[in-house]
Amino acid sequence: MEINNNQLLRFTTAGSVDDGKSTLIGRLLYDSKSIFEDQLKAIENTSRKRGHDGVDLALFTDGLRDEREQGITIDVAYRYFTTPKRKFIIADTPGHIQYTRNMVTGASTANAAIILIDARHGVIEQTKRHAFIASLLNIPHVIVCINKMDLTDFSEDVYNEIIKQFEAFSSKFIVMDIRFIPISALLGDNVVHRSENMPWYKGAALLHTLETIHVSSDYNKVDARFPVQTVLRPQRERFLDYRGYAGRVSSGVLRKGDEVTVMPSGFSSVIDSIQGPSGSLEEAFAPMSVSITLKDDIDVGRGDMIVRSTNIPEASQDIEVWLCWLHDNSAKPRAKYTIRHTTNEQKAIIKEVVYKIDINTLGRNNEDKELNMNDICKVRIRTTKPLMIDPYRENRSTGSIILVDENTNETVAAGMIV
Amino acid sequence: MNKYFLNYLDELESEAIYVLREVWAQFQNPVILFSGGKDSIVVTHLAKKAFYPSKIPFALMHVDTGHNFPETIKFRDDLVNSLEVRLIVGSVQESINQGRVAEEQGKHATRNALQITTLLDTIEVNKIDCAIGGGRRDEEKARAKERFFSHRDDFGQWDPKNQRPELWNIFNGKHFEGEHFRVFPISNWTEMDVWNYIKREQIEIPSLYIAHEREVVWRNDSWIPNSEFLTLHENEKIVTKKIRFRTLGDITITGGLESEADSLEKIVNEVAAMRQTERGNRTDDKRSENAMEDRKKQGYF
Repeated sequence: MEINNNQLLRFTTAGSVDDGKSTLIGRLLYDSKSIFEDQLKAIENTSRKRGHDGVDLALFTDGLRDEREQGITIDVAYRYFTTPKRKFIIADTPGHIQYTRNMVTGASTANAAIILIDARHGVIEQTKRHAFIASLLNIPHVIVCINKMDLTDFSEDVYNEIIKQFEAFSSKFIVMDIRFIPISALLGDNVVHRSENMPWYKGAALLHTLETIHVSSDYNKVDARFPVQTVLRPQRERFLDYRGYAGRVSSGVLRKGDEVTVMPSGFSSVIDSIQGPSGSLEEAFAPMSVSITLKDDIDVGRGDMIVRSTNIPEASQDIEVWLCWLHDNSAKPRAKYTIRHTTNEQKAIIKEVVYKIDINTLGRNNEDKELNMNDICKVRIRTTKPLMIDPYRENRSTGSIILVDENTNETVAAGMIV
Repeated sequence: MNKYFLNYLDELESEAIYVLREVWAQFQNPVILFSGGKDSIVVTHLAKKAFYPSKIPFALMHVDTGHNFPETIKFRDDLVNSLEVRLIVGSVQESINQGRVAEEQGKHATRNALQITTLLDTIEVNKIDCAIGGGRRDEEKARAKERFFSHRDDFGQWDPKNQRPELWNIFNGKHFEGEHFRVFPISNWTEMDVWNYIKREQIEIPSLYIAHEREVVWRNDSWIPNSEFLTLHENEKIVTKKIRFRTLGDITITGGLESEADSLEKIVNEVAAMRQTERGNRTDDKRSENAMEDRKKQGYF
């Protein structure tokens, strides 16, 4: 296989129990010939041992022993496959326990989300939650797969009815790009190959859709943001004067000669050089890892952000965020946490819970202000020093934060800046 | 197509460099776990890029089972010299001499499991708070659930049910004294990606990966190399074959495959056509369905 200009697509899968999510992933891997012979043999043996007819494709995504014994999926698992057009990373998140936490985690890095609906049941509460989280995490592309079409006689009416149900509630959310595909993961219809059983469906099969979704427009190319990870000061004769600011471009484009400002100090300078992974560059863009030198000798360190002088993020100590609580230990009122935002780290307190989202009705709950595992709330946070923020909707990288419990060092919450 | 996009290898490269720089920023005393295999060689290559023009700020740490391919040791020493980095060696033989572990008995005995004790002892003695590894999630089902930043308690153990959630690219490496992290910068790479990258970057790899003539014996469906540690079983015969290795572990457990692939180009083509997973030739993984999961929980790589 040649090294080519294939892109990477990261997607997450959401479905409730028995929607056929594992079967769908197994089918994608199997039909795209990403399964090795020894894996197939192992799955055939297990299928036989458990008395299944034929090969149970769902077993490809079977994980740890605890999961096999209990027939459940713990946590997020990552799967990989490649077609001649793209490389794919699947964040496979389980449907039941700790489901919000896991889907939020899987969705945070995804370009696309697949939401599965059982054609027999139509849109259910879980579907609404999945769509809400995809919208909250600002996943650019959502593909709704209406599965088990084989159990509804491949009926076009069933398909259309479900689209209508979905659109009726999803119009409240902002999703940039949404598509519907009728499939049978079990039989393979419209997964990798187009279905012969549903000639009325004129759209593309799922794999073709994943291969052709336009992802390069998903990055914010306007706001140049460069959070500094570390400073490179080589103690080597040839580079004694070198002072490189190492980091990954969060968004936008940075060019040699650009006038830039270092936040929060506000000092300005000009980009002198950009060192990329394979040599010096004229410009750098997201998500490239580079190191930058400036014309002037100013004080820059980890946690600072280099931005274009004509386009500066907001510096704020009071931020409003959508917070998803990820930990068994509930939030304590006015407790201090460590807040991590890009490479910056400060102390923070949750000043106020504005309201909680009732994940079942998607309505506001103004009474219950407790932050428990899997809760999603709008909160106000106060930090000890200003953070350089952008709204999450405009910038996933400079618009996201996590909270860390100082007593346990655990990551307890993820937040999206409003 | 838009000019502002990265191809998948460039994106994976930038992701790994970002992770390596986070390690440097968040830990006091990180090391790269260096086995001499292609994955740890790629991680070392990425570290060189991440800190250029500075030297790699991490020591390389090798757990020496004493059952090495001689080629691996030479490759390691040459690399350490050219990079001007420190080498830390943890010796399984020493652990045995000190009575920390006992050699396995029986004809299938290996030193694979013994490495865990040596690894954890070396981490403790050297006060290492982060060990960077070349593990990839596509290798094995237990690894599919691994984080980039993977927390280990003060016994060096991994608890798959209680991992820190990892969101966006914000990594939380906070830990208490005595605990450490394993960090996997190439988590998202597949075997194919690693080979394509080695080819693109023209990274030097041990000659063992390239087809060569060697004395071998047929065992457990692969060609096990002849060495001073090999005991022939009944009906086994040493023959000379043109083989190459797909992964490198101890000389006692790493099986080779017959191959004519004597260049990177040919290896990449051969890997692309493979129908077996790469760890299929590792007898350490064949012991049981949960072999990797169990070893990882105890603190394995």
